[in-house]
This record gives sequence, structure tokens and C-alpha cells, in this order.
Amino acid sequence: MADFDAIVVGSGCAGPAAAYELAKAGKSVLVIERGTTSGAKNVSGGRLYLHALRALFPDDAGSAPLERRIVRERVSLLSADSATTLDVTDELMRDERYESWSVLRARFDPWLAEQAEGAGAEYINGIAVEELLKDGDRVTGVRAGDDEITADVVLLCDGVNSLLVPQAVGAPRPRPDQVAVGVKHVVELPETVISDRAMCADGDGMAWLFVGDATHGRVGGGFLYTNRDTISVGIVATVSDLMESETPIYQLLEEFTRHPAVAPILEGGTVVEHSGHLVAEGGYDALPPLVGDGVLLAGESALMCVNAGYTVRGMDLALAAGQQAGRSAAAALDAGDTSAEGLAGYRAALEDSFVLRDLRTLRRFPHFMESTPRVFRDYPDLARDVMRELFLVDGTPMRPLAKAVPPIVKRTGYLNVAKDLVKGMRSL
Amino acid sequence: MSTPRPTTVSIEEYLGRNRYEVDEEHAHITIAEHPDPIEFAELVRVCPAALYKVDEAGEPTFDYAGCLECGTCRIVAGGRAVATWAYPRPTMGVEYRYG
Ligand SMILES: Cc1cc2nc3c(=O)[nH]c(=O)nc-3n(C[C@H](O)[C@H](O)[C@H](O)COP(=O)(O)OP(=O)(O)OC[C@H]3O[C@@H](n4cnc5c(N)ncnc54)[C@H](O)[C@@H]3O)c2cc1C
Ligand code: SF4
Repeated sequence: MADFDAIVVGSGCAGPAAAYELAKAGKSVLVIERGTTSGAKNVSGGRLYLHALRALFPDDAGSAPLERRIVRERVSLLSADSATTLDVTDELMRDERYESWSVLRARFDPWLAEQAEGAGAEYINGIAVEELLKDGDRVTGVRAGDDEITADVVLLCDGVNSLLVPQAVGAPRPRPDQVAVGVKHVVELPETVISDRAMCADGDGMAWLFVGDATHGRVGGGFLYTNRDTISVGIVATVSDLMESETPIYQLLEEFTRHPAVAPILEGGTVVEHSGHLVAEGGYDALPPLVGDGVLLAGESALMCVNAGYTVRGMDLALAAGQQAGRSAAAALDAGDTSAEGLAGYRAALEDSFVLRDLRTLRRFPHFMESTPRVFRDYPDLARDVMRELFLVDGTPMRPLAKAVPPIVKRTGYLNVAKDLVKGMRSL
Repeated sequence: MSTPRPTTVSIEEYLGRNRYEVDEEHAHITIAEHPDPIEFAELVRVCPAALYKVDEAGEPTFDYAGCLECGTCRIVAGGRAVATWAYPRPTMGVEYRYG
């Protein structure tokens, strides 16, 4: 007899969702989280789309510790000395179906863990699972420190830098082109100052993404999210490209926060935390096997994360995948078969849900980004120079736009611009 | 490949704002005795805590104490310049207060 029906490794987003479902189904479940409190090791941008949280906790999602409801959306093409920005406000962003909120993981994750504990999951915090116990190909439990604990099924929810996935399903660790590294500052400012600068009411907030100079033309981008009384500001850069960058990532962040388009919103604030974390961006084709004998993978341990340039979504995918993993594991336990075949329903269910559907829809996007450096290097300057023709006036006679714009576009090449536009649209 | 540009950021000051439980007795990441210089230069670029440095004598240096446990160095050079990579021992390492 195993010690537990199920062991969940990791209490980020996927872990508590899985543990909650298992406990609700009456299974004995142990969650092992290496942070002394859940969330102590975790970083996101971050904005959480609420649909997945509501699907998990229809009655209680509203009591989660969220920061601000995002009602202003901005995307900027950033040159060294300019920003060309799309600014969107839309009352539908308040609609329950589409709602998204900024979150801080050290506050949000403990709440998720409480939901799982409340449903009956047991927790061990402050110790990492170092190794999986195996009987032949079958995962039979975990080793953490001197303890060996067994279970009929193990759910790996240990995130993008999983040290256990290779042992569980034989997949190698991610390649540098399949992950990006994020570095982030949390900057403290009075709540009303943040509201004013984001042009939002208290409680409402802004999400702002940047392409171009944020990464000095490297593949990646900058982000800025308003929290209640802090601002999260950071850089995400694809590791394979960053390895060749002239500028190290922490210096990119420093220059980004001093950029004339960014500095005013942070002015007078205090950096209260400097964090770093990987994020998966290999897309559908980078997914490892999602099940093995006695084991399931959910969330970013399986590299489930959508990076579409204008938005990053890993938390809602992890919550939904964790929920499904918990349900599929409970069903397999009921059927008395937690082999890879017994757990196969998990993959099928995810293929039907938005989790793998969205990853499949955006399948070509990672390749598009990597193979189109113009997006990061040329287009921000192109946008700036067109806008200069529109907005800079010094009293010398104006040139008609029809004459002024073509040479600017020609620098990059009409054909290139057209090709990138078509390629970009097709990959989204 | 160009050499990384000189930097203007005082990363130690930022790391000083973080909360850590530093494990003085045990390094959770260890570096190869003679890391490949090209690979080491890559580590200098990718580590968000600037823990990989080349000192004035041109020697590679590494300090695990400010580690953010992101795993980026493991992805870039695990098993090579980064000889071993593990999570810190129980209750040790970074403790984010915001995340
Ligand atoms: C800079 C950045 C910006 C992002 N922005 C967004 C955003 O705006 N919106 C969004 O939806 N997503 C965003 N993401 C992605 C999102 O954070 C992840 O996709 C999400 O957290 C994945 O959830 P998870 O549960 O799979 O993994 P995690 O949340 O990483 O949780 C894994 C857990 O496992 C624990 N663990 C790991 N190994 C072990 C072990 N051996 N033993 C015990 N415990 C272990 C960890 O401590 C952690 O608590 C961003 C990520 C980054 C890095
Ligand atoms: S894990 Fe991350 S923070 Fe720590 S040394 Fe490696 S790259 Fe730097």
C-alpha cells in the first residue's frame, strides 16, 4: 500500500489546482513545495486572466488576493529615444468573462495553497523533492531529504526549471531557444500616484508591453504591470538570443527603466525586490510527454505557456491543466490503473481545452519571432520616423506624407514589411 | 561574438533588497574548474543576478549567495561550465516577498 493516493510536487499555480481536485474527490494527497511558504520562489509578470480561476473556484475566486483589474492595455514599439504606443481601454475588460488582474505571486500562491489545504490536501513546505522513486519505468513516489514517500500517482507541477521531468518521462531539459529568462523589479509607490500615472481609478490598472529597445533589439520584450501600491517592471529575453547579446540582461533592465517613456511612471519609487525566473516559450512543439507510468505533468513543467508577443499566459494554463490533471488522476485512481494508458485521458482532455488548443493555434509564433529580428530591430525605428513626419514641426515647409513615408519604409524594404506582416498574421 | 559591454548598474544594491536565507556551508551551484571562456561569457550575459563575472585579471568568478534560483545558467551550460546545479537545501535560498 502506498503512503498516499497522490503526491503533487510544487505549489505554484498547477499544483494547488491539482491537489484541490484530488482532495475534493476524496483522495489522500500530499503536496511538497520547496518554498518555506508557497509562492516564496515564484515570479510572474504578471497578469492573470481570471476565467481559469473561476472554473476552479466558482464561489471563491472573488476572494483571491489580486492587485488591480486591468482596464488599460498598452503596447509600445520602443526605440532608444521614442515610443510608438497603442493604448486600448474597453469596458468589456470589466466583464467577468474577460477579466484579468495583476497579481504578486508571494501573495497569490499562498491563497491557492489554502484552497487545496481547505479541501483536505496535506502540505510539506520548505523542502525540495530531489528524486523520483521508480520501479522499472514506473514512478512510485518521491525522495525529499532523507524521506521516501510513495504514492499511486505523482503529479509534477514543479514549474519550468523542473529537475524531475527528465527522470519522469525521459524528456531532456529545455533548450536555450525554448525558454526565456525574465528579470523584474517591484517598485513601491503610493496607490494614488500609480492610479494617476496609469490614468486609472484606484483598483483599476494597466498592462503595458514593449517591443524593441527594451531588449536592445534582441528577441524578447519589456513589461510593466500596475499593482495596488507597487509596479512590476521587467524584461523577458529568449535565452539562446540573449547568450549573444552585447548587453547583459540586468543592464537591459536598468536601461529600460531609465527609458524616457518608462522612467516617468517609476519616478520617485523604491525598488523593493529584484527577481529572476525562466518562462517557457517553445510552444506546442516543445511539449514533453504529458504522462508516464504513475506520473502526470501539468503547467510549465510541461512547458505550457503561451507567448504571443502582445501577451504572456502561463498562469491560466497552469491552473486549468492542474485542474484537469487532478481530475484525470482521480479517475485513474478510481479505475485502479495509473499506468500511462490509464492516465491517457488527461492529454485527450487538454487537447480539447483551451490549454493545448491555444498552444496549437500559436504553434508557429515562436519560430516567427526568432526568424524575424526586424520586429525587434527595425520596426520600432520605422514607426518612430513615420510619426516624426506627422508630429514634428519646426516651421520649415512640410513634405506631403505620400512623399515622406515611402523612403522610410523603403529602408526596410516593402517586400520585407509585407512578408513579415503576412507571416506574423499567419503565426497568430 | 562581441564582449559584453561595461555595465552601470549596482546589482548588489538591488539584491540587497531581497530576502535570502544564505546557506554558508553549501554551494547549490558549482562551476567547472576551467570553464570554457566563450560559455562563461554567455553566463555573464544571461544571469539576472550578475553572479557570473570576469575579474580584472580575466579570471572567471562566481558567487552563489545572491542566486535567484531561476535555472538559466543550467539551461545554458549545465553539465559543462556549470558543473552541478541543484535547488538550495531545505529552507535555504531566496524568499520572494512580492514575486
Ligand atoms: C517574467 C515572467 C513574466 C510572466 N508573466 C506572466 C503573465 O503576465 N501572465 C501569465 O499568465 N503568466 C506569466 N508568466 C508565466 C507564469 O508565471 C507561469 O507560466 C506559471 O507560474 C506556471 O505555473 P506552474 O504552476 O506550472 O509553475 P510555478 O508557478 O513555477 O510553480 C512551480 C512550483 O514548484 C516548486 N518546485 C519546483 N521544484 C520543486 C521540487 N523539486 N520540489 C518541491 N517543489 C518544487 C516551486 O517552488 C514552485 O512553487 C510569466 C513568467 C515570468 C518568468
Ligand atoms: S540560477 Fe539564475 S540567478 Fe542563480 S546563478 Fe544561475 S542564472 Fe544566476
